[in-house]
Amino acid sequence: MWYHKPVINEELLQSLPNLKIVASSGVGIDHLDLNLLSSHGVKASNTPFVVSTDTADLGMALMLASSRRLVEGYQMAVSRDTEYFPADWLGTEVSGATLGIVGMGTIGYKVAERAKGFEMKILYHNRNRRNKEEESAVGAIYCKKIDDLLQQSDFVLLSVNLTPQTHKLIGKRELELMKPTATLINISRGLVVDQDALVEALQNKVIKAAALDVTYPEPLPRDHPLLKLKNVIVTPHIGSATKKTRRLMMENMTESIQAGLTGLPIPNEV
Amino acid sequence: RPTIDQELLESLPNLKVIGNSGVGVDHLDLKMISNFGVKVTNTPQAVADPTADIGMALMLASARRLVEGCQTAVSPDTKYFPVDWLGVEVTRATLGIIGMGSIGYRVAQRARAFDMRILYHNRNRRRKEEEEAVGAHYCEKMEDLLQQSDFVMLVVNLTPETHKLIGKKELGLMKPTATLVNISRGAVIDQDALVEALQNKVIRAAALDVTYPEPLPRDHPLLKLSNIIITPHIGTATVQATRMMAEEAIANMLAVLNGQPIPSEV
Repeated sequence: MWYHKPVINEELLQSLPNLKIVASSGVGIDHLDLNLLSSHGVKASNTPFVVSTDTADLGMALMLASSRRLVEGYQMAVSRDTEYFPADWLGTEVSGATLGIVGMGTIGYKVAERAKGFEMKILYHNRNRRNKEEESAVGAIYCKKIDDLLQQSDFVLLSVNLTPQTHKLIGKRELELMKPTATLINISRGLVVDQDALVEALQNKVIKAAALDVTYPEPLPRDHPLLKLKNVIVTPHIGSATKKTRRLMMENMTESIQAGLTGLPIPNEV
Repeated sequence: RPTIDQELLESLPNLKVIGNSGVGVDHLDLKMISNFGVKVTNTPQAVADPTADIGMALMLASARRLVEGCQTAVSPDTKYFPVDWLGVEVTRATLGIIGMGSIGYRVAQRARAFDMRILYHNRNRRRKEEEEAVGAHYCEKMEDLLQQSDFVMLVVNLTPETHKLIGKKELGLMKPTATLVNISRGAVIDQDALVEALQNKVIRAAALDVTYPEPLPRDHPLLKLSNIIITPHIGTATVQATRMMAEEAIANMLAVLNGQPIPSEV
């Protein structure tokens, strides 16, 4: 399945009594009711590792595009009304800034590796602390309390998976703990952020900007306030949208399906 | 600005130094200025990081079709996000850096963190330790770099030798899947050749922070192409860099006026 379609519900499962396996694209499985599938004897698989580098790349792309006002800049460069480029038009620097990574799994760690190339100071918050070698390899400092990370970061990047614990992880309180000059970047799931609180925070300049590859729902309703704010960039969930990665995802899904149909151990079973 | 010409220099007989903000001095007639006994300084330190950052930003934005993506995400006509909408990878791709000065080297440092294979072409070869530190392979012939790169980034200064360095021939040597990124000066590229190459898909895309002139005329073909991003020369447009450029320029000018060693005289 791609992009959460078809919707896996009781009705669908009852109409497909011989269904053996659902192979889901991407790493997130928050859209699958695993208990329901299991009760029908249907197995499920995802494509966890293959999406990691592209998603980390996109996280960096969003951070750079937001801080340097790339989309606005492009619009100015091509606009019919532009007569000259204003001298006092400025963005903020990524190099040497502090990046706080919330969720230091495979994707979060790859973001840290990339950020290190920009000499960023890296803080991270995770359910479990990474080991010393992993931390020193990227110069990442563990923040046991998310509040510490939020208060010190110029960029806060969300790369957790969506679970009941991470639902609305970033709400009004967390946004207020962030610096007024900070940017929130979300490459995880829309529901990790309390969107209404985010709209308010951006409107009142509680934080400087946001860059979101994911929202809830996708796409947002066309009249949603997030689409109207100047200090937001939204991309259409393209974290894994490259030719090579999509091909690898399909290969993984095919392998899982073949194993599922022949009763062999299923790669990437969830 | 202001434009430094004969008239201006004649009207300022006591002028000792012109402190240029930024590193490029292609807009200054150095011979003429020198004839008036005036020194010229620039600010190479302040510009290096933010310009390297913009090079990376443009490469990533182009590869992942970020600007198009934003337009889809906010467009009133968007009903769903198409699944078959794809960009190209940056991680592990090959980056060819033309001009491995202090900005080019910083680009290499950043690209290495993305596990990119790095080729470079420069007037002079860098030392072995410098090459190894970023995993960069020297291409004595620019053609070799052009033929192997997925991304070609221009980081040279503009001189008579680099004027129209990238023309029809060079674009023809690049892979049809390659992207050209320019953070140097617009005149390093033959713009007409670039328009043709982009229209005929000789290369995949271009991302330019610099053009000639700036801004481009509003009816210029480059502004109409779908496989190009242009930014308004914002390589050093950050709060931090603006401050640092002012500080660096002032330090240079004071050194001249006080007869001390000049940090970055041109």
